[in-house]
Amino acid sequence: MGLLSDPVRRRALARLVLRLNAPLCLLSYVAGIAWFLALAFPPLTQRTYMSENAMGSTMVEEQFVGGDRARMFARDFAAYRRKSGALPVAWLERTMRSVGLEVYTQSFSRKLPFPDETHERYMVSGTNVYGILRAPRAASTESLVLTVPCGPDSTNSQAVGLLLALAAHFRGQIYWAKDIIFLLTEHDLLGTEAWLEAYHDINVTGMQSSSLQGRAGAIQAAVALELSSDVVTSLDVIVEGLNGQLPNLDLLNLFQTFCQKGGLLCTLQGKLQSQDWTSLDGPLQGLQTLLLMVLRQASGRPHGPHGLFLRYGVEALTLRGINSFRQYKYDLVAVGKSHHTFYGILDAYHALELWMQLHETGMGPEEDGGSPRPSTFLLPSQGVGLASLVAPLLISQAVGLALYILPVMGQHVATQHFPVSEAEAVVLTLLAIYAAGLALPHNTHRMMTAQALDRGWMALKLVALIYLALQLGCIILTNFSLGFLLAATMVPTAVLTKPHGPRPLYAALLVLTSPAAMLLGSLFLWRELQEMPLSLAEGWQLFLSALAQGVLEHHTYGSLLFPLLALGLYPCWLLFWNVLFWK
Amino acid sequence: MAATYVLKHSATTLAAFLFLSFVSSAASHIEDQAEQFFRSGHTNNWAVLVCTSRFWFNYRHVANTLSVYRSVKRLGIPDSHIVLMLADDMACNPRNPKPATVFSHKNMELNVYGDDVEVDYRSYEVTVENFLRVLTGRIPPSTPRSKRLLSDDRSNILIYMTGHGGNGFLKFQDSEEITNIELADAFEQMWQKRRYNELLFIIDTCQGASMYERFYSPNIMALASSQVGEDSLSHQPDPAIGVHLMDRYTFYVLEFLEEINPASQTNMNDLFQVCPKSLCVSTPGHRTDLFKRDPKNVLITDFFGSVRKVEITTETMSLQQDSEIMESSYKEDQMDEELMEPLKYAEQLPVAQIIHQSSIIAVEVCSWETTARAVCFSLWSSPGHRQSEWEMHDWQGGQDSRSLPRSPSQLAMSDLRDDC
Repeated sequence: MGLLSDPVRRRALARLVLRLNAPLCLLSYVAGIAWFLALAFPPLTQRTYMSENAMGSTMVEEQFVGGDRARMFARDFAAYRRKSGALPVAWLERTMRSVGLEVYTQSFSRKLPFPDETHERYMVSGTNVYGILRAPRAASTESLVLTVPCGPDSTNSQAVGLLLALAAHFRGQIYWAKDIIFLLTEHDLLGTEAWLEAYHDINVTGMQSSSLQGRAGAIQAAVALELSSDVVTSLDVIVEGLNGQLPNLDLLNLFQTFCQKGGLLCTLQGKLQSQDWTSLDGPLQGLQTLLLMVLRQASGRPHGPHGLFLRYGVEALTLRGINSFRQYKYDLVAVGKSHHTFYGILDAYHALELWMQLHETGMGPEEDGGSPRPSTFLLPSQGVGLASLVAPLLISQAVGLALYILPVMGQHVATQHFPVSEAEAVVLTLLAIYAAGLALPHNTHRMMTAQALDRGWMALKLVALIYLALQLGCIILTNFSLGFLLAATMVPTAVLTKPHGPRPLYAALLVLTSPAAMLLGSLFLWRELQEMPLSLAEGWQLFLSALAQGVLEHHTYGSLLFPLLALGLYPCWLLFWNVLFWK
Repeated sequence: MAATYVLKHSATTLAAFLFLSFVSSAASHIEDQAEQFFRSGHTNNWAVLVCTSRFWFNYRHVANTLSVYRSVKRLGIPDSHIVLMLADDMACNPRNPKPATVFSHKNMELNVYGDDVEVDYRSYEVTVENFLRVLTGRIPPSTPRSKRLLSDDRSNILIYMTGHGGNGFLKFQDSEEITNIELADAFEQMWQKRRYNELLFIIDTCQGASMYERFYSPNIMALASSQVGEDSLSHQPDPAIGVHLMDRYTFYVLEFLEEINPASQTNMNDLFQVCPKSLCVSTPGHRTDLFKRDPKNVLITDFFGSVRKVEITTETMSLQQDSEIMESSYKEDQMDEELMEPLKYAEQLPVAQIIHQSSIIAVEVCSWETTARAVCFSLWSSPGHRQSEWEMHDWQGGQDSRSLPRSPSQLAMSDLRDDC
């Protein structure tokens, strides 16, 4: 009984959609993938441009002549560092004070959940040193941060030298309207996380740190610097941060503009901007950069100190100096000049509320990448109650919970019984629980009643598809790359799963698109795109260390990939596995 | 005997007749000159100068307004008759590498901030409401006099506005707008309250011509820097300061005004020609249909300068043929003659020297009077005689500004900023 619409036509439309259900799904999937890949090709790509023209970012002449001083500082820092083994805090305090900054230190300590084999650390304690350059004529309401991470393994002394020389130069200028904080952190990102948490007075990762004595106002932007050699042939910009967050695009474009103006070579994802757009090479390189960025963003790792700033609403990026085999080299003066103007313009930023439009070496506007409509079943008329679905759901969720909690909790038990280190124990427990989940369907059937068995798989598949669609929808909103990758791989196999038909083939497909297998596959793809292909053994090693890093980063920085996969996607995938092995 | 007597008599009468006619023509010449003083209908001048944008990168709008302020002060309007509204403080902005200065010229040649700028409405006081209250006079009684427009029906008012604008509106401080209809209604209120004799409205924003489209009150002349649909662009950036210093239209208006002195006879038609499209990129527009007089009879100083009804002379000049008074005054003034030399006007500001490097021309107008006494009133004097308090003391450099890049093609379009 339709009052405002015609029920007959509505029914006809619904019937049409049901009839064409499969072709429509396939079409939307293919269109989503094709559109996404087409973003690397003109006319959908957008070149680097400044969206806030009023800033006038290229109008200022830059002056920086502190190159020699920077080198001197760097040499001294390296010498003191070698002598003391850790960060030479006293020397840094003295130097920063002599340059004219207000110097403060902060100590922090953290016991990692299990020893980190990549960085070789377990109980971490260190000191951060930071100096504040106050704006001469403004109230200290806003600030900018220049940070240099100093880990025990990374030789970042050139960056330290540049930081000190820049501080000395900046101190002599009178036109700063924001305070500038020069931050040196120990133990790379752990120190940065400790400092940020103390600065914003929160504690999300269980870090023990002393409180900060000196503050400088709300941080508006941050730049992290990693320079390991004296001469630099190109500057790589890293924008992806924790959980796939990105800074304001104008910050990146600003940096690209300065590179162009100063004649520096700037790369994104290690690749230069392609100049050749007429033939197919340019777009293909753009596609390569696009996929690299998608993979890096999907991993949700903070790829530099800037990644941790993004969580606090601070636009940040990391500059990494690369010394490759090129003829033209730049020295610290050129890098310093670009920093000088960079900070001048950052200082003048007022409103940075802009859309995240990605430019030609990135992606296009956010859109749903082919998530399907769940296949609309009508529940079988036998009246299979939803109560019978509760058992598989609960069991898969329980396995997911076990996958999340047990590896770290049970590492000591594992090391007692097996001759492995803690990190290996964690990873192997992870894989063991994962594989154990594959054996589940043979056991859940004992819980089901007889009448539910026959057509119940349809209801379960329905629920699983809705669950998957919900999760993918939420993921896409926060981390588009991750959502896209998961959707592109999991959706077809999820839709195709059914108990009848060629079971081994479906099983193989489903295993290939399980979260762990996808992680493995994306590692290989990533290395392939970087033109450093892996052998199988290397790949497996990398996979194991990636698993360990994922768990560790979840506990130390709050990265969400591990809980997402363990608590969200893995149970969902298990439901499909249950559907496949329905008897 | 009688013939010679008649001849002599006729000669003297002829001479007397000639003399009298000469005197009367001289007197009417003086009367004409005296009439010149009262040619236009106004008795006082006011100026309302408004800069509506804040933030460091809108430096050029403050520089625009301050340039007009300086020209208007130089040509005679005192601070008490100027309402200056600046939405932000550029001179003391923390980002200014040269504090306490606002330059309108590249290479920091012209500091328009000086020592004696009197800002009446500053910072957040520059709102649409305050602006309209100033115009219409609906101001709370506690407002100081310097913040009021105390004009009457014999006042000529110059209103200059600059900032970011669009089709039919002008943005005030990123938070509100004034529409052309509101402005037109405000002017009508002014007319009905008899608050102006004649009004000159100048606006330098994008699509500025849209702001004067809706005027309907009499005696208003309007100029705008660009037509509807056009952008009004900035002039030149200064790399040491890092911002664009002036807008093109106001820059060329300022250059034009530098050549005006309080006695100039330049009229409005010349002002309409300032900044053609080749220099300004946008097309300036003007509107004169509401104005009663012909623009070619309207002097620039009718709006930009102040009315001078007082000329200092050493002699009294009587416009009536009263010989008794003349003789007595002749006796008195003869005594004073040796004591005082004629007082002259000082050169108000050496701006013209800096910009044009032209020599000062002293003009002396003399006229003979029946008592054969020379009356000189010189309109120009050599500089350095008596410094007016309106001189700026901090000129820097005296480079010839004609070396400026004049053609827009020398600056790429992406280097320009717009007022939209």
